[in-house]
Amino acid sequence: MSLYRDEGVVLRTQKLGEADRIITLLTRANGRVRAVAKGVRRTKSKFGARLEPFTHADLQIYAGRSLDVVQQVETIASHGDAIAGDYGRYTAGTAMLETAERLTAEEKEPAVQQFLLLVGGLRTLAEGSHPPGLVLDSFLLRSLAVGGYAASFDDCARCGRVGPHPFFSVPAGGVVCASCRSAGAVTPAPETLGLLAALLTGDWAVADASDARHRREASGLTSAYLQWHLERGLRSLRLVERT
Amino acid sequence: MYEGVVQDLIDELGRLPGIGPKSAQRIAFHLLAADSTDVRRLAAVLVEVKDKVRFCRTCGNVAEGEQCRICSDTRRDLSKICVVEEPKDVVAIEKTREFRGRYHVLGGAISPIEGIGPDDLRVRELMTRLADGEVTELILATDPNLEGEATATYLARLVKPMGLRVTRLASGLPVGGDLEYADEVTLGRAFEGRRLLDV
Repeated sequence: MSLYRDEGVVLRTQKLGEADRIITLLTRANGRVRAVAKGVRRTKSKFGARLEPFTHADLQIYAGRSLDVVQQVETIASHGDAIAGDYGRYTAGTAMLETAERLTAEEKEPAVQQFLLLVGGLRTLAEGSHPPGLVLDSFLLRSLAVGGYAASFDDCARCGRVGPHPFFSVPAGGVVCASCRSAGAVTPAPETLGLLAALLTGDWAVADASDARHRREASGLTSAYLQWHLERGLRSLRLVERT
Repeated sequence: MYEGVVQDLIDELGRLPGIGPKSAQRIAFHLLAADSTDVRRLAAVLVEVKDKVRFCRTCGNVAEGEQCRICSDTRRDLSKICVVEEPKDVVAIEKTREFRGRYHVLGGAISPIEGIGPDDLRVRELMTRLADGEVTELILATDPNLEGEATATYLARLVKPMGLRVTRLASGLPVGGDLEYADEVTLGRAFEGRRLLDV
């Protein structure tokens, strides 16, 4: 099969040669794919604008020997303008793209749940119906859960004792009871743990009603939890604008 | 593998952007076959460009002195600054002969995924230039791609309290193209920026 068709979200673009780009996509059926888009940096390119980061597109790709080649692109949803027009959304969205890329380590290994999560996350971010920081944290917690690193915000992550528990331990994978508490465990506000649980389950009524102090604490814990599991920090996370 | 200095030359040429091993080999053998005077002239220019050329202390464009040719030209309009990403963008705009103001070269665009934030660009220098009150219009001419748009959004928000007129280069249909081949994003922007035909 030298030609294949798939839908995907553009995660990253890199310049190649005079006018080409290497496009990294998270596709529905083929997982993470890297493909060359020829001539897209020229202003007369017929699909340059359709291969910008955040774009959800229907693509026809030629499977090459080393890198695939993008042949045709039709836009399904272009979130670029809505996201780049708001700096907070842009920095949050970029961190979402980088996370999706990092959590799909193997090329061409299907990651349907990760793909659907990213499509939904970007749509929510572009609509602007919730604060960008909350959308990002919700996406990070859920994509870690899809990747097998679901945090527990109720029962003890170590012994399973029914919660709620006041201590949070990043290495243990969430809240821990008093007997499982390790040296590095922190004691966040109960509202922060409630917010984190709401972000993981998508309870937006609770998340939107949270106050700035608990959002700050929740984003700090989410970042620490993400970096622990990804082992290497995300470049874009330190540049996320939190308001 | 070639012997000694020939292989060194191929290796050095191969480190240049867009030049692969085959191209490096072709250029190396072209230089070997070329007239010795031509090769010496090329070598001299390479050394000279590294010795003489620096970045303009005002705008960040390439310059042979402290200031570039444009910043030291007293006939330029001091009330307008056009912000671009790279020095080559200055050349592209100068070719249009439409703009008589001065420039500010950022040195790139905000790209969090590459770890490039506002502090890695010449944003602080731009704010210093705007502080004297001489500039009345800031033209944001960053690339019409996602990073360029986000950089323009960031700068517009930063400059807004100063009360300047902030404009963005128009996006739309390329001259000489067919409408049917335009993508939705470009065509949408062309509609947004349509102008009145006063005939």
